Amino acid sequence: MAEFFALLGNTWDVVRFPLGGAACLLGAILCIIGTIGVLRFPDFYTRVHAASITDTSGAGLVLLGMALMAPHWIIVVKVFCIIGFLLLTCATSSHALVNAAHTAGLQPKIGPMARSGHEEDEEDEH
Amino acid sequence: MAYLLGIFFAIFAFWMGNSGHYKPLMLGFAAISFVITLFLCARLKIIDREGAPYVRLFGWLAYYPWLTWEVVKSNWVIIKACLRAELDINPSLVKLKTICKTDLAKVTFANSITMTPGTVTVEIEGDKLLVHGLYEANTQPEAFEEMDRRCARAADPVEKRA
Repeated sequence: MAEFFALLGNTWDVVRFPLGGAACLLGAILCIIGTIGVLRFPDFYTRVHAASITDTSGAGLVLLGMALMAPHWIIVVKVFCIIGFLLLTCATSSHALVNAAHTAGLQPKIGPMARSGHEEDEEDEH
Repeated sequence: MAYLLGIFFAIFAFWMGNSGHYKPLMLGFAAISFVITLFLCARLKIIDREGAPYVRLFGWLAYYPWLTWEVVKSNWVIIKACLRAELDINPSLVKLKTICKTDLAKVTFANSITMTPGTVTVEIEGDKLLVHGLYEANTQPEAFEEMDRRCARAADPVEKRA
């Protein structure tokens, strides 16, 4: 049984680096996707939704990858503290932004938007 | 006294998890900083039910895994919305009525809505929330009923539940 656990530990030590690297890479890709969304969406309120991808899954996966590759358990504890505080404060900060915009009287665009981003650019140019 | 012990245990675990130094000198500094922190907590008058929320720990342990799964699911929807060649978003504002009674439960509910990509809480007034959503179909009041119920179960004390 002890041998089995030793083997499990060795396997985990080999596997956790590729896993952590993959999680970091996926998180970075999600951050880029969130940025694409911020650039494409039409108004302030919808852009906040795109930014929340970067906040939750992007940053979460990057930090999870760091926790998997951490050399010591102390760093895992710290990374999980960061994840917890980040998840709590990101939601609060986007709520503060949106609430400030609403209080200042910014009207959201409501209703279906089927135009592609390309056509919108052309309209702006003319 | 139980609340004081609860806060002491929390900052003790936080210090032990973050420092990594267990020499007598460092532990002495830790003890001094515990005393100062507890004194500041007492001065701020936050040694109470909300300061040491151990009663709700099990409720939250049940709630957060479910919320994580919800966040993952709605992330997928928003990622598809970001990358689609034609923007097909349909933003809408809705007013919700929550069954949460205490401030803590309302904050948990509003924060969960904001944390889920695709929906943002714009305003809370009394027990009514103004929510902005990216897709009208996902922002109907029925879509939030389960989250509302689970928040009330996780954060409201038993005697105040509807």
